[in-house]
Amino acid sequence: MLAREALQELVQVLGAENVLTEQEDLLTYAYDATAAMKHHIPEVVVSPLSTEQVAEIVKIAIRHNVPIYPRGSGTNLSGGTIPIEGGIVLSMLNLNKILEVDQDNLTATVQPGVIIQALNEEASKCGLLYPPDPGTVTTATMGGSVSECSGGLRGLKYGVTKHYIMGLQLVLANGEIIRWGGKTVKNVTGYDLVALFTGAEGTLGIITEIIVKLIPAPETRKSILAVFDDVDKAGNAIAAIIRNKVIPATLEIMDNVTIQTVENFVHAGLPMDAEAVLLCEVDGYKEVVEREAVLVERILKEQGAVQVKIARDDKERDLLWLARRSALPALAQKRPTTVLEDATVPRSKIPDMLKAIRRIATKHNLQIATFGHAGDGNLHPTILTDERDLEEMKRVHLAVDEIFETAIALGGTLSGEHGIGIAKMKYLDWEFGEAGVAALRHIKEALDPNYLFNPGKIVRRD
Amino acid sequence: MSVYNSLDSITEELHKCMKCGNCMAVCPIYKETRQEVGVARGKISLVEYILSGEIEMTKGMGDRFSLCTTCMACNTNCPCGVRFDKIILAARAESVRKKGLHPVKKIAFTALKMQRAFDFGMKAGSVFQAVALKNIPNRHSKLARMRVDIGIGKEKVFPMLSKKTLRSELPEVITVKNPKMRVGFFTGCMINYFYTDIGRAIVEVLTENDIEVVIPKFQACCGIPASVNGDVTSARALAKRNLRAFERVGADALVVACSSGGTAWKHVFGELLENNPELKALADKWAKKSYDISEFLIHQVPFKKESLGRVARKVTYHDPCHLNRGQGISKEPRQILKSIPGVELIEMKEAGRCCGMAGSFSLVHPDLSVQISEYKTADIAQTLTDTVATGCPACRLQLQSGLENSRVDEEVLHTIQILAESYRAGTKERKNS
Repeated sequence: MLAREALQELVQVLGAENVLTEQEDLLTYAYDATAAMKHHIPEVVVSPLSTEQVAEIVKIAIRHNVPIYPRGSGTNLSGGTIPIEGGIVLSMLNLNKILEVDQDNLTATVQPGVIIQALNEEASKCGLLYPPDPGTVTTATMGGSVSECSGGLRGLKYGVTKHYIMGLQLVLANGEIIRWGGKTVKNVTGYDLVALFTGAEGTLGIITEIIVKLIPAPETRKSILAVFDDVDKAGNAIAAIIRNKVIPATLEIMDNVTIQTVENFVHAGLPMDAEAVLLCEVDGYKEVVEREAVLVERILKEQGAVQVKIARDDKERDLLWLARRSALPALAQKRPTTVLEDATVPRSKIPDMLKAIRRIATKHNLQIATFGHAGDGNLHPTILTDERDLEEMKRVHLAVDEIFETAIALGGTLSGEHGIGIAKMKYLDWEFGEAGVAALRHIKEALDPNYLFNPGKIVRRD
Repeated sequence: MSVYNSLDSITEELHKCMKCGNCMAVCPIYKETRQEVGVARGKISLVEYILSGEIEMTKGMGDRFSLCTTCMACNTNCPCGVRFDKIILAARAESVRKKGLHPVKKIAFTALKMQRAFDFGMKAGSVFQAVALKNIPNRHSKLARMRVDIGIGKEKVFPMLSKKTLRSELPEVITVKNPKMRVGFFTGCMINYFYTDIGRAIVEVLTENDIEVVIPKFQACCGIPASVNGDVTSARALAKRNLRAFERVGADALVVACSSGGTAWKHVFGELLENNPELKALADKWAKKSYDISEFLIHQVPFKKESLGRVARKVTYHDPCHLNRGQGISKEPRQILKSIPGVELIEMKEAGRCCGMAGSFSLVHPDLSVQISEYKTADIAQTLTDTVATGCPACRLQLQSGLENSRVDEEVLHTIQILAESYRAGTKERKNS
């Protein structure tokens, strides 16, 4: 139980309007976007307005020994923001200012509550772009996506969130405010702590300011869609595109189950018996884009695509993307519960992974549709189920186990972009071994010895 | 089972929600409060906890459920197709069943039911309104502001109550030579008591198109203010009265000029009366021939274009939520505006964004309502137009209020008022030539 004094101190620092204690409000911070996950109700929700207030909150939490669960928009898919031990939910949404877009240094400085899309709108006014674009770009916060190291559709060419984080201001578990990194391209002063805190899921410190790298927005883009009657041919096509030194901005794949579901949903004109669809977009200078598009088209045909379509204008582009954009909605509307995983393999192993997932689905008698970022090996096997069907949920959990096992066996990883949170903690030693898990724990305990920040996530307390 | 009868009616709707939070991207309330309970996902969770028995309905829960303008933007942005408008109505009805209606709302909705007393009150109001309201100099229309804050803020600008209600001003049947058809006009309260100018324009346009208009004297409030706040009993009584009033006079079609009225006749009456086979059949019959006026003029008449005269206006159009997302009508009013000679239609940035009025929402949450309207005012100001057209008198009030408070000089009119103006100009042009 949160001590009455702790509550009083929080109100003193933040004002009563920024401290939520009524049951009706607390209940709405007990979950995030993760499917089939038990909810936990926090004891208080606070919304700081400055870094100093965050530091004060941390000091109160230390004094009363209550955990802090930092939260942005709560859109993560690994249980990363669920307050599993109660305590304080720290909502960062009121720290939502874009402090600067620096055109000379190609950086932006933002507070953690800024929505990713808002940063992109501001950057685009200067012809600049912040490339990471997770599916939640219109809802997720910068703080949340830095903490989860979000990926998205542009990973192949542009990388993911961690490639764009240059500097951080943080509040540590002792209540101290520190800064690491900055606007310089080069910086080897001390350990690379900016990299450490990016993707730490709020378990090591609380991010209160972020300096990101921006890039000039590509001049133009072109989309190409290819239909395959064989998964291996699609896999070979992916490899062939890269081998020919074309790095598309996006290279997406949808499997047969996804294609059928999408086609029934939006009638985008995909053949129902297609085994795989690749959707590729090249971007950059006009001349380069023209050349690359022609090349990609040729490669796709050489690799045995039964159908190749190039979008001639924005309208045709939207039509090609309709199928891919509709993938998740179409799948989500089929059954009430959508378990979306993000096991990731080296891109050369995509056909193996797709076939393994299909085997697993048959074995456990489940509907699994797979789509995802083929170009970077990050697939989204999506299990369509119903939380209320306990017997089926047992099979779902077994299937998830096997998907992770397969990904690791193929030289891949548990999570490409959703993070470990609560959902994948138990698999960590499969990938790292006991020694690896212990090393993670040592880092956690060096920075947060009392497990104040987001306890119950990534590393288990012994 | 309708959403007005039981929470169980929305169980499947709730299960569709996968908590992705996409509703956060478009919810006008969440944009202001940034609290989870403000957005659909938060309120859906509350209803789930109630249904699972984890918590009981509380009065506080009812307060949280009031945080929704029912703009339906979340419906449109939901990847799982969750109809949050249904969920919120069911939750509010449940809250009223379990915890009763807010006392102020109780008085208000009871008054709506007592038509004659209400009429008298409004008439008395039109005489005595100067006591409470202070006139604002405005060259477009008679506006006023509260002299004292009675809990709804002094920000809101009100139109002055009309000296004569529309229904007492006009005869019950307005005949034309060689009528093409006979149309029933459901005025709704705002047009009857405040914006009689819209009502007159509707009649003008219909008669201009050789349509006989019948305005049943004993029609009542549409009941939407009651049904969206969970007062199902009052809403049901009003639905019955309206159906009987129109059934008595009979008509080939029914037109409305406000988005609440359209929603009521097309959808809500049938849902409210589903347990009464006779009335349900009546509601369904009228639902089939109910039209928003712009939809009616485009698809059913179609309206005369040759007698339109020149109207020099730069117009931007605001989409009322319950006309656009609620009834799928957004092209028709624009088509009408574009057909008027001299009218230049300039689109604003987010024409479909909720204006923040949402009926009694603006009275219960005056500050939020004003904050939401500020985006709309800014978007309108950017268009550099002189006129805002819209299809809903409640939106008109909110837009006027927002523009007045920001000192933006724009006239706010119902689309059909501009069409009526054009017919008038046409008549004048023909006389002069």
